[in-house]
Amino acid sequence: MAAALLLLCLLGVALATPHVALADILTPEDGAGSREADDIDTLYKVTLWIALPIFLGVEGMLIYSLVRHRARRGAPAPAQVRGHTRLETSWTVAAALILVVIAAITFVFLPGIRTPAAGGTQRAGMPVQVAATGQPPVPGVPTMRIRVVGQQYLWRYDYPGPGRLFSYSTMVVPTNTTVTLDITSSDVIHSFWIPKLFGKADAVPGHINDMWFKVTREGTYRGNCAELCGENHAQMVGEVKAVSPAAYRAWEARQRADIAAAQRGLAEQRKRLGAGLPGAGAARVPR
Amino acid sequence: MSTAEYRAEEGTLQGGGLSQLARPQIVEHGVRGEPPGWLGWITTTDHKRIGILYLVATFMFFVLGGVEALLMRLQLGAAQSTVMDGSTYNGLVAMHGSTMVFLFVVPVLAGFANYVLPLMIGARDVAFPRVNALSFWLLLFGGIAFYTSIFFEPPQAGWTSYAPLSDDAFLPGGGIDAWIFLIHLTGLSSLLGAINFTATIHNMRAKGMSWGRMPLFAWAILIYSYLLILTLPSVAAAVTMLLTDRHFGTAFFDPTAGGDPMLWQHLFWFFGHPEVYVMILPAFGIISEVLPVFARKPIFGYKAIAASTAGIAFLSLLVWAHHMFTTPTATVVLAFFMLSSFTVAVPTGIKILNWLATLWRGTIVYKTPLYFAAALPGLFVVGGITGVQLAVFPVDWQLHDTYFVVAHMHYVLFGGAVFGIFAGLYYWFPKITGRLMSEGLGKLSFWLMLIGFNLTFLIQHSAGLSGMPRRIYWYPKDAGWEVFNLISTVGSFLLGIGVMVTLVNVAISLKRGRRAGNDPWQGNTLEWFTPSPPPANNFDVVPRVRSVEPMKDIRREILEREGTPAGSVAQPVASRAS
Repeated sequence: MAAALLLLCLLGVALATPHVALADILTPEDGAGSREADDIDTLYKVTLWIALPIFLGVEGMLIYSLVRHRARRGAPAPAQVRGHTRLETSWTVAAALILVVIAAITFVFLPGIRTPAAGGTQRAGMPVQVAATGQPPVPGVPTMRIRVVGQQYLWRYDYPGPGRLFSYSTMVVPTNTTVTLDITSSDVIHSFWIPKLFGKADAVPGHINDMWFKVTREGTYRGNCAELCGENHAQMVGEVKAVSPAAYRAWEARQRADIAAAQRGLAEQRKRLGAGLPGAGAARVPR
Repeated sequence: MSTAEYRAEEGTLQGGGLSQLARPQIVEHGVRGEPPGWLGWITTTDHKRIGILYLVATFMFFVLGGVEALLMRLQLGAAQSTVMDGSTYNGLVAMHGSTMVFLFVVPVLAGFANYVLPLMIGARDVAFPRVNALSFWLLLFGGIAFYTSIFFEPPQAGWTSYAPLSDDAFLPGGGIDAWIFLIHLTGLSSLLGAINFTATIHNMRAKGMSWGRMPLFAWAILIYSYLLILTLPSVAAAVTMLLTDRHFGTAFFDPTAGGDPMLWQHLFWFFGHPEVYVMILPAFGIISEVLPVFARKPIFGYKAIAASTAGIAFLSLLVWAHHMFTTPTATVVLAFFMLSSFTVAVPTGIKILNWLATLWRGTIVYKTPLYFAAALPGLFVVGGITGVQLAVFPVDWQLHDTYFVVAHMHYVLFGGAVFGIFAGLYYWFPKITGRLMSEGLGKLSFWLMLIGFNLTFLIQHSAGLSGMPRRIYWYPKDAGWEVFNLISTVGSFLLGIGVMVTLVNVAISLKRGRRAGNDPWQGNTLEWFTPSPPPANNFDVVPRVRSVEPMKDIRREILEREGTPAGSVAQPVASRAS
């Protein structure tokens, strides 16, 4: 009896507490972050609130039976009940109905989660693109499209625009802009995931996966690679740094200039190396 | 006989087994003797001896898999831990998962089926005894081939061995090849075993045991066998392709040469998801036998439970891509697999409610098998609920490949399958050895396991919700996962101690346990009709089966014939004299 009660306390308290108290961990800070992550969080909570009474009902019934109907000295033999068709039919129908409800709620939330939201800032120089991969294009929605390539054990991001613009590990995006991601991999399967901004999208070599997000609050959002990709899988961390559109423009200009300068330097070095190959000075390229 | 009389009789059946006088004399007609000693064990084709070999071997692998799990928990107990490096940890991930799935849960159930199933259906052996021996030796050598990899390089791509990580370009060592051997050998073992069980159940049931009178454990093993036959070819094909990709220049899964890594996932999960039900349905079958015996009440909704077993198996063939919700796949496909996954919850829910209704208004006798069996619905329901949450694919985008999934899966496979297996161990140990296990140690083991299990895995839901991915060997201090992991690690060692207590209990009870007699629990099924342990030919005379609970009929017949309840076996003479 005491043991069964302990079971109740243990299961009930242990299950309910972390779920309810920590469900917010899925939520971006107080509505900031992105709507997609928010909607997923709400959907999770809906399923949790539907599940809790079922969980408590089953555990309650189980523990009540175990305590109440334990064998007692001199108790009459139990009635040999073999079934009850009406009862069994009704709980089958009830279980099916609950699932229909969860399915319906999911489909209500789905468009909001799946379809990119209209971008906030549209500015000159930023190519206007429509999110096209794997989803119906939304006319007139300005987005910024970034190509994400996973490799053992870091992420590379290629930004749109003229010339080359890329970064590793940290993705810089302007706030209030819808960002769509084309995600792939150059070696094994990885999974791109920033929990506070969006769900996972596997980076599968040979395929392009898509995801979108719109950050409403400046900040740095971290996430681990979520698909086992080798011995340093744990250290494969991605980051999204959301900055104001002005700061983004500044970063973009600086990064483009840096990359261009590096490329020029590289080209010169190559030329010198090529020209000086038979000569003496070639070996003295600074390390 | 009126219902009232019937009930009165049921009430008088307390303790003890069949009347010694009523038990048929067993003389083992037509049985060829086996060579003595270890040679007998190696050459045996007796389903009972093979069953014992299965149980001993699989529990040894269970201990190995458990030690691997504890090593992983040791590494994860603290942030920025330096107990081991990434490749060692990944080796443990792959070894633990593969061991538990292919070398413990699936074959231990085959072990129980081997020992109990022929007895339960009144057969003298399985249909193909020599194939049965082959099944066991394939399993053992599959396990040994796999474990030799720890001497060179263990596989490091998880129990799922996703391509292209498992391709030779990324993991050139022999570990993945050892894993392929494991899948092929244990797969062949399971396939032969499944064919054997199917043939046995279809053809060798006792007279009068129609489909509607077959024990629910036999139903579960029948469906388990069908599922294995339907799905094993898929994984066998996949690992063969992986083998040729690695060694013979093909490119089934290599995207740089026109192959596709997604093919691996589809082939693997077409097997991998039904495999979950292969592991859980027989455990459900075990508790469907144990609960009514200890509630002293028939199983509630026999037909619904048998039908839901078949229903779950059929639906489980249609849900595999819910493991692939985060892959590049069209939304309409995701929606289909969400809905199909939901449907599995209906027959599963039916089973849980039927078990609850079986206990309801029973006369519950508190013995160790009941503890483990009654815990199963309570733990499994957690895995069932989180399973429905994970089937909602947008939710899965957040929770997939996190510790939430690890927790979900262990509630299904440990809280469900392993607690069912332990219920079976405590329930059938007296039949197998002729001796009862210690109740004190059994209950101690149960509470340690229950508390340890929940401590380990409940908190992992929270770790997953706060963004901790699975299969990472290291996490920084500022991630905020340290408390979760510390609790989980403490719990896992408690769980480990709980399992050890049962193993000690087995070791002690083998020699010093109380004599069990034929029918220590007042079972419902025919295995309790023969002596414990049963003779080589099981039965000289197989009783005709008249209901789903033949032993109840037999006990009642004895009562009518002798005027003494079968239960008064302890002092049959004394009770008659008084």
